[in-house]
Amino acid sequence: MLEMRSARMAVVLLAVLFAGPWLLDDFILSVLTLVFLFASVGLAWNLMMGYAGQLSLGHALHFGAGAYAMGLLVTKLGVSAWFGLPLSFVVGALFGALVGALGFRFAVRGVYFALLTIAFAELARILVEHWAFAGGNGGLFLPALTPDNQPLLSLRGGAGFFYHALLVTLAVIWLACALLVRGRIGYYWRAVREDEDAARAIGVPATRVKVLAAALSAGFTGVCGAWYTLIQGSLFPDSVLGMRMSIDLIVAPIVGGLGTLFGPILGAIVIQPLNELSKDFAQEFSISGLKLIVYGAVLLVIVLFAPHGIWPPLARWLRIGRRK
Amino acid sequence: MSLLEVRGLTKVYSGLTAVSAVDFSVQEGSITALIGPNGAGKTTCFNLIAGATRCTAGQVLFDGQDITGQTPEQACERGIARTFQIVRPLAGMSVLENVVVGALLREHSVATAERQAMAVLERIGLGAKAHASASALALPERKLLELAKALATRPRLLMLDEVMAGLRPTEADGIAQVLRDLNGEGLTILLIEHVMRVVMAVAQTIVVLHHGEKIAEGEPGQIAHNPKVIECYFGGGAAHLAVKAAR
Repeated sequence: MLEMRSARMAVVLLAVLFAGPWLLDDFILSVLTLVFLFASVGLAWNLMMGYAGQLSLGHALHFGAGAYAMGLLVTKLGVSAWFGLPLSFVVGALFGALVGALGFRFAVRGVYFALLTIAFAELARILVEHWAFAGGNGGLFLPALTPDNQPLLSLRGGAGFFYHALLVTLAVIWLACALLVRGRIGYYWRAVREDEDAARAIGVPATRVKVLAAALSAGFTGVCGAWYTLIQGSLFPDSVLGMRMSIDLIVAPIVGGLGTLFGPILGAIVIQPLNELSKDFAQEFSISGLKLIVYGAVLLVIVLFAPHGIWPPLARWLRIGRRK
Repeated sequence: MSLLEVRGLTKVYSGLTAVSAVDFSVQEGSITALIGPNGAGKTTCFNLIAGATRCTAGQVLFDGQDITGQTPEQACERGIARTFQIVRPLAGMSVLENVVVGALLREHSVATAERQAMAVLERIGLGAKAHASASALALPERKLLELAKALATRPRLLMLDEVMAGLRPTEADGIAQVLRDLNGEGLTILLIEHVMRVVMAVAQTIVVLHHGEKIAEGEPGQIAHNPKVIECYFGGGAAHLAVKAAR
């Protein structure tokens, strides 16, 4: 019953959102595009943290890997960006599996695993800064769009195109996450999150299950990185691989609610507009780093009033979602 | 035929020998009890058999195959399910979901696993609590949940670490009855237990550990009168009293 109702609500919501470009101006569209992007990447990170219980503070590695995979493909090989989407998934997933396999194989748990993920991301950033082929510190620039550009071929276009593209990406990643967490693997992830040793005693192959979470999470994050490249038209090691990006990626799911399918989306809806506002403010009054202060303030409020994120109390208030 | 056999099982923790060259076997279809005073090495034996800790020396044979040094999940896959003395519910999940995780070992469809898990819960009398959060259960129910999770993996050997400790006598008798029923259906059970009344009532064979060594093995009647066992439980002076009490 509830399942059907939620599904119908989701379809209606998608249809309404799809009409966006005919109703909204370009600035609003671009902010919403970022909302969709960070909601997608938040869902991806949440698979690992919210469901499998593994804290990654270095997801910029996977975001950057996907971003650079797309960037290099388009600028150096001149191949259609369409190939860049699966490629960025695979590259991201490989890095995720690598970090996961190394960490979990040697039983690096909890906060030490988080430190390991930071180390890998920073290592990647420094390496790319010195990688001349990829532009090094100077960055990588996609060729300017020609007047006869076909968005559906180049995957680049105006605000309306990216809005639709990221809306579809979000819907696909959300659906994939929903199927995963309701399936066998989802049960195994949550079991490992709650008590790894107890889970292993009832047959959960914990290491394999965690590596899979890391790989899938990183793969989806890589795809988001690829879209980021296409949206920005340029990329720099510090902007996609830096610590700042690792933090940007995780604020939305934490604010919205870890281990939920709607939390990351809700979190992005709250956080991205705040980001834009603080950016304007910061420019006007030349306060650098205002964004981080805003993050801090929002997180404080969340920890005080909704320690499990905004989604769980909201869902209770709306009386949706399954009772668990 | 013995389903489980341990040979020379030894575990040394930086100089402290927790388990020392223990041999025993569990006959297929039997209920075997592992008893001994606190610190005798019973739980360590469980951990070694189920793969939770690596043994320093010795061998674990399950169904004739050497499974020494296997991981817990491999042991479980082979058909060894264990419960933890200090209960370990998956606290953020419902009671049913806890058991579903166990059922998913041999059943990949979540819907079918849910049905199997529900059947296990009904059987051990936890059906009414299926949709409660595992963290909301009282201790006796948590003990039952441990049992349900293990049973859901459809084991051949069920290893229970003090599932009856802390239960009221009627509750313990309820579990004892469930265990006898399961055993009647062919499930082999190895249990660690302090509730002697229950041990004497359900176990066919008893293995006694003391200071990490096996000091006796036999039928309940023999064990109750074994002077070594009485001495380790009550001290030498009380031996004659204990014999009386056992009668």
